[in-house]
Amino acid sequence: MSPSIHVSLGEVAGALVLVAIAIGASLWERAALEADIGLAVVRSFVQLTAVGYVIKLLFDQDSVALVLALVAVMVVLGALTARHRARAVPGAFWPLLGALGLAAAATLGLVVALGVFDPKPRYLVPVAGIVIGNAMTAAAVALNRLGDDVARSRREIEATLSLGATAAQAMRPIIRRSLRSGLIPLIDQTKTTGLITFPGIMVGMLLGGAAPVDAVRLQLIILYTLLGAVAMSSFLAMGLAYRNFFTAYHQLRE
Amino acid sequence: MLFELCGVSAARAGRPVLRGVDLGLSPGATAVVGPSGSGKSTLLRLLNRLADPDAGEVRFRGRPLRELDVLELRREVALVPQLPALLEGSVGDNVAYGARLADREPDIGRALALAGLDDSFADRDGGGLSVGEQQRVMLARALALEPRVLLLDEPTAALDARTRDAVEATFGRLRERLDISLVLVTHDPAQARRLGDRIVTVEEGLVT
Repeated sequence: MSPSIHVSLGEVAGALVLVAIAIGASLWERAALEADIGLAVVRSFVQLTAVGYVIKLLFDQDSVALVLALVAVMVVLGALTARHRARAVPGAFWPLLGALGLAAAATLGLVVALGVFDPKPRYLVPVAGIVIGNAMTAAAVALNRLGDDVARSRREIEATLSLGATAAQAMRPIIRRSLRSGLIPLIDQTKTTGLITFPGIMVGMLLGGAAPVDAVRLQLIILYTLLGAVAMSSFLAMGLAYRNFFTAYHQLRE
Repeated sequence: MLFELCGVSAARAGRPVLRGVDLGLSPGATAVVGPSGSGKSTLLRLLNRLADPDAGEVRFRGRPLRELDVLELRREVALVPQLPALLEGSVGDNVAYGARLADREPDIGRALALAGLDDSFADRDGGGLSVGEQQRVMLARALALEPRVLLLDEPTAALDARTRDAVEATFGRLRERLDISLVLVTHDPAQARRLGDRIVTVEEGLVT
């Protein structure tokens, strides 16, 4: 058994020393980031504390149905957040909802099917959080780029449509660029993992006292499923969202 | 009649640009002339269904456009836009693009020649061409579709006088060599007279 770690509120407050230095640097440089940093600190404290109580309740109840309900809420909130960033894409919410739902379902389904985890809240909730967060970021970046590119390339898109191309054919180069924008950060992060970054699950397990080999193997499983699920979700979001720029007659909407 | 517009109204960006237009366009060369913002380009976009009218109906060879396959229509009624918009790749790739979408292998050399460019252009990169050359590539890729009608949206607006004269001469040769109709939009009445068998004037969304 791993020894459990107890963290006091005083120790959490101690971590704010570095935040205070960051605020000091912002004031010194007149970067006007103090309010944002302060808000980030307060929000993260409130949100994580609230989530901590929710997770405790879930662990106590030990109900898969409650886990699924929480995952559904996370997917909806993730889609709403990503939609805000992809404002230039009409009707982006539904593609995002489908994409994040797919990412969560595929990942959780796979790790349970492989027998990596028992279907218990203790394992499913953190994995769902990681995959939905990453899928949200990738899909939001990709759709944001899609919206910008369509606005910038209207002339090219219409020139291609006027040669008898379908909307999908006219959008192919733009979709390709947008997907790369969304996925390259995660691919790069996967490439450099262990060299430049130490991923969260591995760090958490090591801090919790797990054997390094187990920590590494579990992290690899998470990394691979994450990479696949996030890529799938970005493809789905893109494949659904680009259609909203067009009518059924391959006309680019104004 | 090639095209008939019956009571056509259309808006762009929420602003009405065509108001109840009734118009017939017969085969041959029609020049649509009018000041900027008068609705000429919108009229052209309606003819190959890049946009649909808010009211009224457009017919091509007697059939409502809404009854036709839109992709087939655009190959038959090919539009050359005002400004060049080439795809990444060689001139040859660009010229062949539309025809290959329809599973046809076009005669790239012939299309280039019709547009006034020699064979050597086929392997050149589209990005390295002058605006005039790019405009001719746009014309060649429309011609590679072997359309019945060419819609030309201010085809010489971005060109100097010498290049403009050369492109106009190309249009003249095209009509001699191909059984093709032209609908040309221009803000220049003199160009409309040079190139059109007939002239349609559009002002403030109305045909006069």
